[in-house]
Amino acid sequence: MTLSVRRLRGVERLAGPLLVVRRVPGVALGEEVLVRGRGGAVRHGQVLELDAEALVVQVYEGTAALDLGSTVVELTGGPFRLGVSAQMLGRVLDGRGRPIDGGPPIVPLRSADVNGRAINPSARASPEDFIETGISAIDLLDSLVRGQKLPIFTGAGLPADELAARIATGARVLGEERFVTIFAAMGTPRRVADFFRAAFESSGSLDRVALFLNLADDPAIERLLTPRCALTLAEHLAFDLGMQVLVVMTDVTNYGEALRELATAREEVPGRRGYPGYLYTDLATLFERAGRVHGRPGSLTVLPIVTMPDDDITHPIPDLTGYITEGQIVLSRELHGRAVFPPIDALPCLSRLMNAGIGEGKTRPEHRAVADQLYALYARGRELRRLVTVIGEAALSTAERRVLAFADLFETRFVGQGATRRSLDETFALAWQVLGELPREELIRVPTDVLDRFWRPANGGAANGRAREGGP
Amino acid sequence: MSTPAAPASPEARGRIVAAAGPVVRAAGLPRLVVGEIVRVGPSRLLGEVINLQPDAATIQVYEETAGLRIGDPVEATGAPLRAWLGPGLLGATFDGLQRPLAALAAAGAWTLAPGLEAPALDPQRRWSFTTRRRAGEEVGPGDILGVVAEGPFEHRILVPPDTSAGRLRAIETGDVTVHEEIGRLATAAGDVPLRLAHAWPVRAIRPSGGRLGAGEPLVTGQRVLDTFFPVARGGTAVVPGGFGTGKTVLEQALARWSDADVVVYVGCGERGNEMASLLSEFVELVDPRTGGPLLARSVLIANTSNMPVAAREASVQLGATIAEYFRDQGYGVALLADSTSRWAEAMREISGRLEELPGEEGFPAYLGSRLAHFYERAGRVVAQGTPERTGSLTIVGAVSPPGGDFSEPVTQASLRLAGTFWALDTELAHARHFPAIGWTQSYSLYVEPLTRWYREEVGADWDERRTEAIALLARERQLLEIVQLVGPDALPDEDRVALEAARLLREAFLQQHALDPVDAARSPRVQLAMLRAVLAARAGLGAALASGMLLEQALEAPVLQELRRAKGWSGDDVEARLTALAARLASWDRPGVGPAAGAPPGEGSAP
Repeated sequence: MTLSVRRLRGVERLAGPLLVVRRVPGVALGEEVLVRGRGGAVRHGQVLELDAEALVVQVYEGTAALDLGSTVVELTGGPFRLGVSAQMLGRVLDGRGRPIDGGPPIVPLRSADVNGRAINPSARASPEDFIETGISAIDLLDSLVRGQKLPIFTGAGLPADELAARIATGARVLGEERFVTIFAAMGTPRRVADFFRAAFESSGSLDRVALFLNLADDPAIERLLTPRCALTLAEHLAFDLGMQVLVVMTDVTNYGEALRELATAREEVPGRRGYPGYLYTDLATLFERAGRVHGRPGSLTVLPIVTMPDDDITHPIPDLTGYITEGQIVLSRELHGRAVFPPIDALPCLSRLMNAGIGEGKTRPEHRAVADQLYALYARGRELRRLVTVIGEAALSTAERRVLAFADLFETRFVGQGATRRSLDETFALAWQVLGELPREELIRVPTDVLDRFWRPANGGAANGRAREGGP
Repeated sequence: MSTPAAPASPEARGRIVAAAGPVVRAAGLPRLVVGEIVRVGPSRLLGEVINLQPDAATIQVYEETAGLRIGDPVEATGAPLRAWLGPGLLGATFDGLQRPLAALAAAGAWTLAPGLEAPALDPQRRWSFTTRRRAGEEVGPGDILGVVAEGPFEHRILVPPDTSAGRLRAIETGDVTVHEEIGRLATAAGDVPLRLAHAWPVRAIRPSGGRLGAGEPLVTGQRVLDTFFPVARGGTAVVPGGFGTGKTVLEQALARWSDADVVVYVGCGERGNEMASLLSEFVELVDPRTGGPLLARSVLIANTSNMPVAAREASVQLGATIAEYFRDQGYGVALLADSTSRWAEAMREISGRLEELPGEEGFPAYLGSRLAHFYERAGRVVAQGTPERTGSLTIVGAVSPPGGDFSEPVTQASLRLAGTFWALDTELAHARHFPAIGWTQSYSLYVEPLTRWYREEVGADWDERRTEAIALLARERQLLEIVQLVGPDALPDEDRVALEAARLLREAFLQQHALDPVDAARSPRVQLAMLRAVLAARAGLGAALASGMLLEQALEAPVLQELRRAKGWSGDDVEARLTALAARLASWDRPGVGPAAGAPPGEGSAP
């Protein structure tokens, strides 16, 4: 509508991230604005509200050091759009998508509204292509598929970043090309951003990665834009160019806090723990951009990292994330304390899309049965472990003690793989190794023909024979 | 919910004076009424009037509002939000505003742009209409005019409920589109054209000829539901559960296996990938009753979490309206809403934008009354009009309580309204006990009125067995508390048997794999036979111990292994085999029965 930039004076109110200025005709809801203070440095903002007298602008960099008299608001005539192109791979960008690596400017192929558009549910293709992440606990028990959104729930000090970096650099689609990774840092310490960069560099995949960095000392409100920029590029690569794209976002908790800061400044009615009532919807507009589309070869897989404040999975951010995403990988402080890496707590983990991506012709025909068996035994082992703290190990039967030992072995040997990447074959081989510690009669979830083929007793038959020793 | 373009008379055109998120205010429209649909801005976004002041109207916009400007046009349409009802609903997928998503996808719209328009029912498609009336007959609202065959489904064409009675001037069999005339009705107010499709305001409850009480269950094939906590046809059920407790899997199992004639599934603020999987499964899965695809008896409404929030609110009402329409034809309809919490959150968001005084946890004070209005649309009714017929609308609403905490407002408000409460339990889900419906918290108020049906159709001992099983689980709970303190060995035999029997009840009866090819759904008779077998095992174990056998030995009896595997049995004789098994289970205290139990299943001899 307006090609020429229009300048507004008459700022009426400055408060936190909000700026209220007298209105002129023709301003659009969601329009991008530039804000210049006394020193002339440019800040960026977006129109949030329009009424008869004034317009409310959210300023991404905050309003500190602005004054009412000399601040000028410039209207750009449209919403914030990001120029996207495959050239952005291999580059480091700021939280709004501008290069900060000293490299050449990016020539965009097209530009897109960073808010994206909802995918027509009828146009979505069901995600069903197995991704081999190289992590045993994920590949066998909670398989990831292309187009899924699977968060990592972590606690302060737990190695979620290391796990995410391993997945991003190690992920393969069976028999196909590797992934390109878009990394979105939201309020992340520089150390973490450097870590990811180094991880991509050492794996030789830096040219297949685009990093969008909003670091801890960058403007908080800009965090609301960073994942949207990252996803906009991801959509272009996946749905326009047909690439397999993985988006790693860290940390969703910082994002939620930025949203709360803005909501508080707008004096909105707070929901749980001060977060706005639309936190669910807002997070959904990020995570739901994952998926596959009929007739388009690419896929967009999202791996958000969520730090659970005080390890509390019922905190609104992990809670709402869990309601939107298709499962979760949960890290355990206890396993981490015992130097198990990755410290994945298999019990609360879940992949809702797993069944579609495994089995005959995809992974192994016996995949589901083996996963169920491992899970059931481990769950039983954990239950026994709790019981032992009350009644002592001596009160257990021999069979129960074997399950207890299995749980330990499952954690240290199967889950705890350290720095190595395991192929799916290696993961299955290891699974059978730990299952070999138990008599085959106890593997009730695995069909007999599968046991015939794969089950071998560990250590030359220590576990042979039926468990008759139990009980008094 | 396409609304015919209104003539842009001066009174019907106003302009935007304020905008924030999904709420805009418009001035210059003096004739608006509350609830009227308006078209907002140059892209003609759909909006609904929420409240009116002398100088301006407040409008909630059902689509993304970015780009709207002060002064942009707002057009009145003179009509409320309406659903189009007629042939073509079955098998279709709509968004919350009844835009045909599959048709749009086929036309290349893989994303949803604001202002997208498409008729809900294909205006070109011709349907073969067979009339059941003759010109000159007197007909009134709700009367069946004739039928259209939609595959195996008989779609009954009704005189719209808001049409007055009159004499049929003409009515003809023929191939027509949904909007062409099939006849004319002479009423006191003049001639009214009759068509296959009519529009109905989504927030208005469709009238019926009177309500009936609960008399039959909605059979779901799920043991824990049908046997423990049944829902009546025309009843209501709420399913609250934290994430990962299997809420969606349960709703989808109901969509697949419940014996409703028509299933309306509303994915309200939920996952897009899930809707995609559901859609592809519904195309592939066969409806056991018709042999056609399951999709042919289903209407899907998909307003995923990233689609505009105001339309989420409309999606639930749209679903209820479509469901009532099929109820009025005389069918048993199940409306599955996943999730009502997202719907409530949409209300909260709009309410917040309107700066209404918030109630509990920021939800509007009218949360309870809106939920009540929704659940009250359920019921078993005598349909309006002739020939006489009954229809039912059963509503199952999923609730997603934050943090899995059932004390939150949406769960509590729903509980006051629903007749059945299926509480999904996080602990059970973590133990991979699915469906993770907790038996201590869940309840059904329909057990009493349905007992007669169960006694007659399923088995005279149904309520007795049911009570026995629930008491066994309650006993287990008490015993487990003791075991936590003193260990299992300190218990007397009788209690140890109770613990083992309860475990069998949980594993061999309550657990039911939603994706299992044979066990995913079982008839109530097979359910009861399984329950009898489990309870017989308790008696048998007790007798075995009384005769001096050790519990550990007794538990290894092949006949118990058989019971554990009975979930895998298929075929027509499952009920008979279970009955035979129950007889053997109850009587293996006799020495020498152990070896005999090694016989192949089904061939065991009854005593």
